[in-house]
Amino acid sequence: MANKESSLLKMFLALFLIAVIAAVGLAAVYNVTKDPIEISKNKKKSDAIQSVLPGFNGELKDQELTLEGDNKPVTVHCAYTDGQLTGAAVETYTDKAFSGRFDIMVGLDTNGKILGTAVLSHGETPGLGAKITDKESHFIQQFVGMNPQENPLKVKKDGGEVDAITAATISSRAYCDAIERASRAFNQVKEDQHE
Amino acid sequence: MSKLQILTKGLIKENPTLILVLGTCPSLAVTTSVQNAIGMGLATTFVLMMSNTIISMLKSLIPDKVRIPAFIVVIATFVSIVDLLIQGFVPALAESLGIFIPLIVVNCIVLGRAEAFASKNSVFDSFLDGLGMGLGFTIALFLIGTCRELLGSGSFWGYKLPFVTGDGILVFVLAPGAFIVMGFIIAIVKHFQKAKH
Repeated sequence: MANKESSLLKMFLALFLIAVIAAVGLAAVYNVTKDPIEISKNKKKSDAIQSVLPGFNGELKDQELTLEGDNKPVTVHCAYTDGQLTGAAVETYTDKAFSGRFDIMVGLDTNGKILGTAVLSHGETPGLGAKITDKESHFIQQFVGMNPQENPLKVKKDGGEVDAITAATISSRAYCDAIERASRAFNQVKEDQHE
Repeated sequence: MSKLQILTKGLIKENPTLILVLGTCPSLAVTTSVQNAIGMGLATTFVLMMSNTIISMLKSLIPDKVRIPAFIVVIATFVSIVDLLIQGFVPALAESLGIFIPLIVVNCIVLGRAEAFASKNSVFDSFLDGLGMGLGFTIALFLIGTCRELLGSGSFWGYKLPFVTGDGILVFVLAPGAFIVMGFIIAIVKHFQKAKH
């Protein structure tokens, strides 16, 4: 088998050609999938905003800010209806999750009361912490109407009012932490606007 | 070996997960639910089929000394294609499988079949081998996933079983449960294999 001889030139050429063809193929697929990926990402975000700001169909103004002591910015989507600030959907996160970080969307009204929350991405344990994604669960529903500015969000184990998910106290605490962050961010945005 | 045998040997006789015990990392990690198991199995099947076919086509062009890097480039290309396609068209699956789609690259079933079969056999045979091995992998993941979802979450394909309330046996959703279920399934398969001989 003369072809199988491994001369330097042959090795170089074979690998080079394979790599070039692979790169061209990948570029083609990337081009085809670029738009659908972008669309599905945006759709996820707008779906989340829709679900945490029920009934809202006004204008959104985005603002990014980094809170004191944080190293990653939070995005505040301020909701305006007829030019009037009616609330905000805050893209927030927590680093206190059981595995890594999770991102959630929190809807707040102008007084800081929680209108709804939705999980954007997470790496929690399936069957335990991953229950935060269950929108119908008591855990998610209980936040609606709470106000983290008047009453700091804490799980019952820590002396607060929030019922934690069974066997997932850390995830539940992290969820509260993320909501607190959203609340503080929205507050800062409101203060900045008053100045 | 007949064409049919090449296709079917991967299903049970040389099942990659249950008999050859290759690619155990994804088998253990993604089988928390039936949906994940099937998604992972089919993605791997696609990669196996395509990489086996292409590598078999190129086998006379690739010098022996650089065959492994060449195989890896081919495999990685198909994995990236699958990753992009899943992200674009089945975002829900991309989310639940996460990092395990890119990690198909290092699944030793794929490189193992390239080295052991595709680099020595004809293009069509290699395609069949990839398809059979991939389906065998999918069947194994489906079995493990079914046991773990039924016991761990009390549901199947995301739907709660009608007579079960509350949580399942949590350990089956976690890593130790994966080992336990896989061990039992391998033991059962071995038992029937022995009985046949």
